[in-house]
Amino acid sequence: MSLWLTIIVALVACLAGGWVMRFAGQKATNNAPAFRDMPLGVAFGWVLGVTLLIWVVYTYYLARTLPQPDANKYFFFRTAIEWFIIFAVAAWIFRVFGRLVGTAGSRKLFRQMPLTASFGLLVILSYALVAIFAGILAPYGQEQVLEGVAANIPPGGDPAMGGNPEYPLGTDQIGRDILSRLIYGAQNTVGIAFATTCLAFFLGGSLGLLAAVLGGWLDQVLSRAVDVLMAIPSLIFALLLMTIASAWAGSERWLLTIYMVIIIAVIDSTRVFRLARAVGLNIVVMDYIEAAKLRGEGLSYLIFKEILPNATAPLLAEFGLRFCFVFLTIASLSFLGVGIQPPLADWGTMVRDLAQFINFAAFAPQVAAAPLLAAGAIALLTVGVNFVVDWMLKRSSGLKE
Amino acid sequence: MNSVLKIIAQRLALGLLTLFIVSIVIFTAVNLLPGDFAEAILGQGATPEAVESIRRDLRLDQPPITRYLEWLGGAVRGDLGNSFAQANFASFVGDDSGTRTTVAQQIAPRFANTMFLAGVTAAIAVPLSVGLGVLAALYRETVFDRFTNIFTLSSISSPEFFLAYVLILFLAVLNPLLPSLSNIYEGMGFGERLQKTLLPALTLTLVVMAHMMRMTRAAIINLLASPYIEMARLKGMSPMRVIVRHALPNALAPIINVIALNLAYLITGVVVVEVVFVYPGIGQLFVDSVKIRDIPVVQACCLIFASAYILLNLTADILSIVSNPRLRHPK
Repeated sequence: MSLWLTIIVALVACLAGGWVMRFAGQKATNNAPAFRDMPLGVAFGWVLGVTLLIWVVYTYYLARTLPQPDANKYFFFRTAIEWFIIFAVAAWIFRVFGRLVGTAGSRKLFRQMPLTASFGLLVILSYALVAIFAGILAPYGQEQVLEGVAANIPPGGDPAMGGNPEYPLGTDQIGRDILSRLIYGAQNTVGIAFATTCLAFFLGGSLGLLAAVLGGWLDQVLSRAVDVLMAIPSLIFALLLMTIASAWAGSERWLLTIYMVIIIAVIDSTRVFRLARAVGLNIVVMDYIEAAKLRGEGLSYLIFKEILPNATAPLLAEFGLRFCFVFLTIASLSFLGVGIQPPLADWGTMVRDLAQFINFAAFAPQVAAAPLLAAGAIALLTVGVNFVVDWMLKRSSGLKE
Repeated sequence: MNSVLKIIAQRLALGLLTLFIVSIVIFTAVNLLPGDFAEAILGQGATPEAVESIRRDLRLDQPPITRYLEWLGGAVRGDLGNSFAQANFASFVGDDSGTRTTVAQQIAPRFANTMFLAGVTAAIAVPLSVGLGVLAALYRETVFDRFTNIFTLSSISSPEFFLAYVLILFLAVLNPLLPSLSNIYEGMGFGERLQKTLLPALTLTLVVMAHMMRMTRAAIINLLASPYIEMARLKGMSPMRVIVRHALPNALAPIINVIALNLAYLITGVVVVEVVFVYPGIGQLFVDSVKIRDIPVVQACCLIFASAYILLNLTADILSIVSNPRLRHPK
């Protein structure tokens, strides 16, 4: 209750502060238009924003200066702020780098890019690199239970806190190196999600374009089938089919992963189908398609040479969004225990296995960091992809307002 | 007005048809399971007699079409069959005296809990996102607009469990303000229940807010170039009043549409969040039944989720038609 009271008092104080600021500004600048026409709400917003900023800086100061047990409470806050700054600086350097190096076209692209988009690109690039070179980067194997090493070593690598500098992110519940599993997780989770998205695009895209070009009964049948499949919420449908797949797979756990790829690809291809068909229908009525048809071009020429090049931009943006959805669905399924199967390292499963350590955050923040690292790795990639897609959509729609 | 009723009736009929086909899809999918439910229930050491008796009990000796019609007929009357886990338990104890709970009895209280969670989420998320959307449209291209844009985009693209654990970390573990586990039981006071539901509801709010907020902002900004907005501006109305009185009512159709769609999304999102917070809702029951392959429960939950989803999509459709006269009279 006292918390609510504090919040209300603080808001009222900000309102009063806003009024005072506006009044002082009017007097000090001799009624400059910026202050004269300022509504009270805007003044309130400025004061609120500045207050929040001061609070953040003050809490960060506390986190750095307080002695050890008290500082634990602010550990995550401090880490979040430090990583935010590191990411922002990295994105900025990446953008500067992109503006200086590369072809004229890519330099121009980087000049128009907002910081969020360059951050997203940087994240995607680094994930791709980690995923490709996981075998070289990871110090241990993903399934390797380390001999003679304790399980549940906390991350941080600080011997005073029970860590071990050889395992900077600690070990998990049966003594596997978490850093290696995170790195291999990039390969497994991202790789499987990417393959699933490609499959979904191949299915949905080709059928959608075919439906748009051919029309008639094929279009009707496919569209109605997609309508029905889309009437079932995708995660629910995926879970239902995974139940069946797990019975089919039996004890062959790797088969289950393949079934999962197919199931999610089919479910997601319905969304791709919708978009590809809609985009295709808009293109099919163009004059140049008519001309190509009159020239006597075949179906494959029409689709690959005439329609596909004109449908690339929306389909590419959709690919990014679809990838996020697929990635999140796979992570959710794994988190619920029916997705990517052990012994493959996977972020969703890691979160589920390590989740209970969050409750120790007040005493030993490093211990609680392990599950958040895996969950954060998922979030970072999807946020990055979404930033890039958002920028692409804004650029292609030409919305300036 | 007649045409509106006619369109609503048409859409309802279409929704019912979709639901019917969806039930067929669910039933067929479940019947693709290899082997026999009876063997699955009894496990390895099943005697042929026991298998036979359970087969008769579950009417597995009937052809699929009969079983489907029976299942559908039961579902329409609210009878969703008996759960396998319960049947297994009863046969294990040897107690067959009608004390076993049916799927409907199992689902009913959990369904109410899930609806409560969804209701609390909607009560927080809808006003908040519409309000933020209006503010973002009013102060477009300012620090506030950029900040809300980045914040909502990040929150929508993070997985639900990440948001849930971050909220648990900051609001339950480091600052014990709210309980991290939602153990809800019968006969709980409303206030206490609300307090235990708040953390899952906040998580879901973060998940669904972004779409609604961005749609509100985009729909309002779309209208700002219209002559009547210019007129209102020129006669000296304050910008806030222009937006709330003139732009918002005209932008209502897409906003309502996206709200209904996001409530439909809530139905799916609820599953993961319920598992994280051990919230006794229908989503958790669903995941548990998926793990132990309790087919009648899985089927029933699937049907409930699908019907809620179809109903909300239908509502979005009907509301957008009712609120836009142009859609009511197609050329």
